[in-house]
Amino acid sequence: MGQFLQQIFNSISIGSIYALIALGYTMVYGIIRLINFAHASVYMLGAYIGYFAMTYFGLGFVPSILLAMLICMIVGVLIEKIAYKPLRNAARIAVLITAIGVSMFIEYGMMFLVKANVRSYPPMSGFLAKSFSVGAMTITAQQILILAVTIILMVVLQIVVKTTRTGKAMRAVSQDREAAELMGIDVNSTISFTFAIGSALAGAAGVLVGVYYNSINPLMGMLPGLKAFVAAVFGGIGLIPGAVLGGYFIGAVEVFVAGYGNSMYRDAVVFAILILVLILKPAGLLGKSGREKV
Amino acid sequence: MMNRLFEKGRMKYIFALLVFAIGQLLVVTGYLNDYLFSTLTTLCINIILAVSLNLITGFTGQFSLGHAGFMSIGGYVCALISMRIPTVPGFLLGVLTGALAAAFVGFIVGLPTLRLKGDYLAIATLGMAEIIRIIFLNLKITNGAAGLNGIPQFVDWMWLSLFTFSSIILISNFIRSAHGRACVSIREDEIAAESIGIHATKYKVTAFVIGAFFAGIAGGLYASYFYFLRPTLFGFSRSIDILVIVVLGGIGSLSGSVIAAILLALISTYLQAFPELRMVFYAVALVVIMIVRPQGLMGSKELSLDLLKGFGRKRQRGGS
Repeated sequence: MGQFLQQIFNSISIGSIYALIALGYTMVYGIIRLINFAHASVYMLGAYIGYFAMTYFGLGFVPSILLAMLICMIVGVLIEKIAYKPLRNAARIAVLITAIGVSMFIEYGMMFLVKANVRSYPPMSGFLAKSFSVGAMTITAQQILILAVTIILMVVLQIVVKTTRTGKAMRAVSQDREAAELMGIDVNSTISFTFAIGSALAGAAGVLVGVYYNSINPLMGMLPGLKAFVAAVFGGIGLIPGAVLGGYFIGAVEVFVAGYGNSMYRDAVVFAILILVLILKPAGLLGKSGREKV
Repeated sequence: MMNRLFEKGRMKYIFALLVFAIGQLLVVTGYLNDYLFSTLTTLCINIILAVSLNLITGFTGQFSLGHAGFMSIGGYVCALISMRIPTVPGFLLGVLTGALAAAFVGFIVGLPTLRLKGDYLAIATLGMAEIIRIIFLNLKITNGAAGLNGIPQFVDWMWLSLFTFSSIILISNFIRSAHGRACVSIREDEIAAESIGIHATKYKVTAFVIGAFFAGIAGGLYASYFYFLRPTLFGFSRSIDILVIVVLGGIGSLSGSVIAAILLALISTYLQAFPELRMVFYAVALVVIMIVRPQGLMGSKELSLDLLKGFGRKRQRGGS
């Protein structure tokens, strides 16, 4: 029982990170129907910015994560402006290939700049180095931190999307871009805003992963990025609550397959779930399947 | 007599024989050293992979990101068989069985997933390739992460050219057949194709299975030439490599795929010392091509004598 609870808590930590990344995927997909492969690279970039901020500039956790979020935000907007905007009306396969190209550019460009070796985050001090035992469970301060940061970011996101004018514009554009444009909504700046928010969340996830797992490398985004996308598809792509649900679900699947089954098959199970969801309910768990019109 | 020899359909066979003869001459006279030959092998394998992916993605319009998965199946099956039977028939049996195994997996995977459209299919095939890779990583018989070593080497210029040219010719013949035209019509408009009685799922699965079959052949050749196989060789980036060739050459142009494979082979030979730069270059090439010329170098045109004749005629008309 103790082990079970411990696994649940571990899966909440990893699930939070998947949820943060999945939010960016789902928001971008909702608004321009694009699987933004570059999103995983932005997450990697966030981890490196956090690393440099903490190691070379001696910044604390909070300034580091804010800096990472800010730079990732700028990078995300730039990616959209340079690579995706010229293709707004092109075939979807063209945009998808561009997204793959951008992702490769960031990852291998980073590998060229900082070399491929694994780097480790500086050890945490003070509160962040502590761990607590609750019954048979051990909870580290870092796990609490991940959960706290995730909850704060999600609450802020919810407020932005539900109550501000820009959030309203985002929802309108994702429902029907042309109609939104006719109502006088500035579609381009709304799309930029969506990329900014999604990339900032990915940057935050990158720093959290760096603190939690303590090791980063230029290709670290590939697999978590794919899994976070699986999470977004699982919950229903384009839906913000779906991404959160999917993130925690994928986190739990991973931890429990590794804990009770064979950890080598952890990723295979996640991808098998993806294929099953796509075949059985492509709209996702929370999604409504629409009818296709000719 | 001359006219019959140069009849339309025959040209490609004559061209293939010519290339084979030149290559054979270079091998026999020793101009083609080991280094050049290994580059040539990589090139031929990439051509087979690109042409077969082009059938799926370019002609049938089904975006697949899992081609490396089929390649790995062909490679492992061929390696396991030719290690047990280290003779030329054993090698051929291995390549064939590997290709059939890849085609079979393509059928099993394609049947349910090809109902998905666009991005969803891309993600599903990507997931499938990852699952295949993880299975090879965990199987005892494939020796896990360490992979297989000491696979007997049978690939020489004869087998290489035979497999490469027959892949290109078989696929191009398929595309020109009634089945191939049905595939192209699905790419153009699936709903319209279905409304005139084309069984879309059947043709999509057919194209997928044929593509997987030839990817399996490429994998077999790879295993037999490079002695060793590791699951990491067949990751996501391998699928991307193949996709880059197809996109650069032109989605829906076989000769474009061949030209792009040759171009990229030249570029990567020059960038050999900087593998990261090679990938950065690939990435920039992808983005720039998509923005500037989304139809690729050749578009959907094929390089053929007809094209040259067409140019000549146009010029004559313009002159008069």
